[in-house]
Amino acid sequence: MQNYFGYQGTVLRVNLTEKTIKKEELNLDDALKFIGGRGLGTKILMDEVDPKTDALSTENKLIFATGPLTGTSTPTGGRYMVITKSPLTGTVACSNSGGYWGAEFKFAGYDAVIIEGKSEEPVYLNIADDIVEIKDASFVWGKTAGETTAAFEEVYGKKVRVATIGPAGERLSKISGIMNDRGRAAGRSGVGAVMGSKNLKAIVVRGTGKVNVNDALKLKEAFSKSMAKIRENGVTGQGLPTYGSAVLVNIINENGVLPTNNFQESYFDKADEISGETLAEKFMKKKDPCYRCPIGCGRYCEVDGIEGSGPEYETIWGFGSDCGVSDLGAIIKANYWCNEYGLDTISASATIAAAMELYQKGYIKKEDLEGAPELIWGNAEAVVEWTKLMGQVKGLGAKMAEGSYRLCESYGVPELSMSVKKQEMPAYDPRGIQGIGLNYATSNRGGCHVRGYMISPEILSLPQGLDRFATDEKAEWTKIFQDFTASIDAVGLCLFTSFAMGADDYADLYNSICGTKLTGNEFIEIGDRIWNLERLYNLKAGIDPSEDTLPKRLLEEPISAGPSTGHVNKLSVTLPQYYKARGWTEKGIPTEEKLTLLGLEAFK
Amino acid sequence: MNITVKLFATLREGRGKILEMECKEGTRIRDILHDLKIEEKEVAILLKNGISSKMDVVPSCGDYLSIFPPVGGG
Ligand code: SF4
Repeated sequence: MQNYFGYQGTVLRVNLTEKTIKKEELNLDDALKFIGGRGLGTKILMDEVDPKTDALSTENKLIFATGPLTGTSTPTGGRYMVITKSPLTGTVACSNSGGYWGAEFKFAGYDAVIIEGKSEEPVYLNIADDIVEIKDASFVWGKTAGETTAAFEEVYGKKVRVATIGPAGERLSKISGIMNDRGRAAGRSGVGAVMGSKNLKAIVVRGTGKVNVNDALKLKEAFSKSMAKIRENGVTGQGLPTYGSAVLVNIINENGVLPTNNFQESYFDKADEISGETLAEKFMKKKDPCYRCPIGCGRYCEVDGIEGSGPEYETIWGFGSDCGVSDLGAIIKANYWCNEYGLDTISASATIAAAMELYQKGYIKKEDLEGAPELIWGNAEAVVEWTKLMGQVKGLGAKMAEGSYRLCESYGVPELSMSVKKQEMPAYDPRGIQGIGLNYATSNRGGCHVRGYMISPEILSLPQGLDRFATDEKAEWTKIFQDFTASIDAVGLCLFTSFAMGADDYADLYNSICGTKLTGNEFIEIGDRIWNLERLYNLKAGIDPSEDTLPKRLLEEPISAGPSTGHVNKLSVTLPQYYKARGWTEKGIPTEEKLTLLGLEAFK
Repeated sequence: MNITVKLFATLREGRGKILEMECKEGTRIRDILHDLKIEEKEVAILLKNGISSKMDVVPSCGDYLSIFPPVGGG
């Protein structure tokens, strides 16, 4: 076998139907063409899973993939991604997570694991360097993520790293995620349900190896340069370390774009009570950083004897203003239960907000609640209790565990679901921020902010300020942000580094580790390739470009109060510009020319 | 004229959250910050009535400013 740098050179293939385990050599050509992680995982999915496959059937595969920088000394180099076909959206899914599991898995000697088939009985995968075994998981089936992790620590010792589903994933909730290291999640797009559908409870890893570096001296230089930028940058050097992502609550609210009461409003007068400032003052116990992270945005909070990681900004928004709730303690509890049951906090909270609107409008009746707290705006107890009921997939909670789109559709009003391609949008009202709306509409995994974080230029003025109400140039910016993000994901670093680091910095780190010679521009171009491959997968899956849209409310009902009053999202202006910027046809289909340019002609 | 200044994150330290300021006509945002001993380089996001603004702008009576140091997330 050849010597690998950055990559470990081995991909595990585990078939749960046949109970077979194979160690295959990494396809280095593919790895270099798609970098790794999200890119490589999507390539494997495209090659091996028919896009028309039912996401919860035996034919779907679940791919855990690391990037070449995962498990290295690079800042935040600990990410892994879960790639599969999503049961929530029907698109490609790629959920990204931090913590320590990704690095540990890499140390065990693997770049990725492809899970195939379905076990008859609940099983888990135990990986300890060369040892890979499928084992009986009946003793942890039904347990929460925290209980499961504790149980494996009993068996294998404290050093073990666990990625597991909670009860929500076991019961195939379409908004369930995969939890690792207790409080970190590959949360979005229902990847937990795919794991549950295979009767795979967890992947437990210990690894003692390391990742080979091509040029240690060059890495040292590139590392120092990146670290200096991260330290000197106000956001990564001070803002995020001090307040975490929750500091956004006040910023977004002051701009009048904090979605409130299921996007009926966009300004929350009690925002300061649920802000990052209040979190730091009243609830934060300690910081909770991921592997080799100099930023350390993660929070660890406690309230009424409940303690754990989080909450992040999106979570505070979802259980907070989006449900009209100003009780930060209750939000911390709802976040805790999401982590325990293994629910995606964005989709779970936005689904409760949708249920509150259904209740407000009389679609959900009091008797449907079966004695659980009333679904009325501002009811703090309701967000905690309904999170549990969704996690247990019980009663009306079972309907809600399918996500807001299917919930609202069941009452004949799918337009009340604030989602794109059936995935709930996060915490920024696109009526007052044109570019983020374009990004939501075109994201390859449905409503999502971390596919192209236009908040950076439109609100935070990073790397430069753009007028958030203007449509000019938003298409080009969105494309670059989307491509750049795909490359950062693929390489295995945290997106938050991009507040400080530029494309050349990532290319330098990648080159020094892998022995490649990419320029910053070429690094971003690989993101373009990944983006187009994802798009092709979605088109083949039958996702029509007419789904590149936003809920009617955001296109037609102007914001009624606050600093963004009177605005709607002008997607009809930006979307054609975006297709053009992408080199796609007017109908949103990648042209042959574009695909040839990207080396994707085989996937037409 | 009266201007409301809302401070966030670390800018609150030693200053408070919401300040009601009495200013002379023609006072620029820059001057108001100077009075509050906030250096320009400490300011990353500056909003007037919720809309992005600039240091040289002269606010009107009743306006409110929201001022943030470099912060962000997502
Ligand atoms: S910035 Fe936050 S999410 Fe990213 S690696 Fe560091 S602690 Fe984890």
